[in-house]
Amino acid sequence: MAGIYQKLKPYLNYVVIGVLTLVFAVLSLTGGLRSSDIYMLEKIAISIMLAVSLSMVVGFLGELSLGHAGFMCVGAYLGGKCSCILEPTLGEIPALIVSLLVGGAVAALFGVIIGLPALRLRGDYLAIVTLAFGEIVRSVFMNSSDESFGGSLGLETPRFDKYTLFIIALVLVLACLAVTQNLIRSKHGRAITSIRDNEIAARATGINVTKYKLIVFTVSSFFAGIAGVLYSYSNYTVQSTKFSYNYSIEILVMVVLGGMGSINGSIIAATLITFLDMKLQTILTGNLAVLQDLFYALILILIVIYNNASAFKDFREKYNLKALWAKFKKHDPAHIKDDEAKWDRVPSKIKVDEVLSVDLQTTSPYTPDKGKKGDK
Amino acid sequence: MNFIETLINGLSIGSTYAMIALGYTMVYGIAKMLNFAHGDVIMVGGYMLYVTLTATGNPILGLLAAVVFCMLLGITIEKVAYKPLRGASPLAVLITAIGVSYLLQSTAQIIFGSAPKMVNVASLGNVSFVGLTIPVYVLVTLVCSLVIMTALSLFVKFTRTGRAMIAVSEDKGAAQLMGINVNRIIMITFAIGSALAAFAGLFMLMKSPSLTNTLGAMPGIKAFTAAVIGGIGSIPGAMLGGILMGVVEAISLKIPLIAPYTDAIEFLILILILLVRPTGIMGKKRREKV
Repeated sequence: MAGIYQKLKPYLNYVVIGVLTLVFAVLSLTGGLRSSDIYMLEKIAISIMLAVSLSMVVGFLGELSLGHAGFMCVGAYLGGKCSCILEPTLGEIPALIVSLLVGGAVAALFGVIIGLPALRLRGDYLAIVTLAFGEIVRSVFMNSSDESFGGSLGLETPRFDKYTLFIIALVLVLACLAVTQNLIRSKHGRAITSIRDNEIAARATGINVTKYKLIVFTVSSFFAGIAGVLYSYSNYTVQSTKFSYNYSIEILVMVVLGGMGSINGSIIAATLITFLDMKLQTILTGNLAVLQDLFYALILILIVIYNNASAFKDFREKYNLKALWAKFKKHDPAHIKDDEAKWDRVPSKIKVDEVLSVDLQTTSPYTPDKGKKGDK
Repeated sequence: MNFIETLINGLSIGSTYAMIALGYTMVYGIAKMLNFAHGDVIMVGGYMLYVTLTATGNPILGLLAAVVFCMLLGITIEKVAYKPLRGASPLAVLITAIGVSYLLQSTAQIIFGSAPKMVNVASLGNVSFVGLTIPVYVLVTLVCSLVIMTALSLFVKFTRTGRAMIAVSEDKGAAQLMGINVNRIIMITFAIGSALAAFAGLFMLMKSPSLTNTLGAMPGIKAFTAAVIGGIGSIPGAMLGGILMGVVEAISLKIPLIAPYTDAIEFLILILILLVRPTGIMGKKRREKV
């Protein structure tokens, strides 16, 4: 049992999402899901896709992007427009596929355009450029003519069968996971995380920083674009007000709460936040709605301070989830933490685990000091 | 004549941006962090002005209350939210700042509601001379910000505290070894930045009296952009960037064809300038060493 678990562990998120997709698909076909639940599932799928793609830029490449909603906006408008044009001639499914590809591709193109200055700028400067990009995109679509992109009223997009859209969305989430996770776990992923940890050292080791930054920006914006297309299908109208920088920050909050450099964390945080968001929206109405923002703000500040403040360092090390989990296990060698990828999956004749593990047990049978004392 | 009027209007918008941008740039120069909540300090100042104005009816008293309250708020934010994170990754600090920004906005909405409040600071008319018609508030804004910015430049250049600020922004560790109380300097910086934000709030409310909890959000971002254009960390850079943004905004708003895209144009200028000069117009180029 434990062996199967160990083997499955790297693929656990696929399995969980896949099984859940199947369960929900069966439920929706048998009529066990209300339409509000289906809407929520679509929203959760979109959030997961956005959070996972942003986590590539922020958590793994280590660059701050505040314009993720801008890429989503591009995807939503262009994909939506594409489906408007193609739906009457091609039919539902081909139109969906083509518009997904178009939305993703155009967003990816913008990713390259934004990635290019990213090579010259760093840190805060890049953050402000991505923020500016998001606002430019939004402003352009907001002021477009009514015939092209609907202007300030928004673009009307065709309806899609409600009971299958969320299944497509969840399958796309799996695809997004497969791409990002495999990229991160490959040698390219190692290169990307090394750029995050020390760009100069990475460059000195012969890593093509330019290439990898562009790759990450392109892949990340591609999936943001796809999430945008899904959004346009799920909402029937696309309005530019949705994609303000507040939304980019909401996505960033998901990534940060999930833990930087953890894809599973992003997935869980995206699910939780979207779920709470929609539930709270129905509970808190009118003037109470603002309480939600207040909670978010407080939680965000407290979590970041708790996780980063030097004052809480001892407390943090003593009472974190991993330490609690370790108490349940008998033998816990010190792990080398490297962003999800497992050393034991490296094919080698040497048992890497034995070489790298450090035995931390205090009552070790071999203690050289005792022998010396006995001699005296 | 029309063009000169537009230009003067642009200068006044620009000097408001410059006042806000100074807050961003000083905090960045000294604490090496982006204070995303700075824009919302403007909004808090605006509400403080509104409260005092409705209570006493005296705009000078209102301004004074707003400035003092904003200074205290700036210091509190720094002590509670940013100080524990000294030395943490810049991203963590930035995200906390975003959290503080949301906190201020939602608190203001809880206290004052979401309906806009009308703040009539003082009824000022227009003046006309040599064929130009200029609203008085534009002149007040221009003169006040000019005085404040000159005073700030002199303060930074010639007083002990000001020079200590320069020292801290150059090298925090060395400044500490020279006997400068870094924590105190950071506190003063936040206080000055927030006071400037309160003034900017007054100028903005003189221009359009409608006050909501998102009053500072967009001007905050634009001023931040201005600070980056000028080279973040540089005080003359922030002034230059702010004025540039204001003039561009005023001119662009006058041309009907591009008026709706004013925001986009301002941000585009940022991207273009950063492409040519990655650290802004007056930003210092820092070589990273291992």
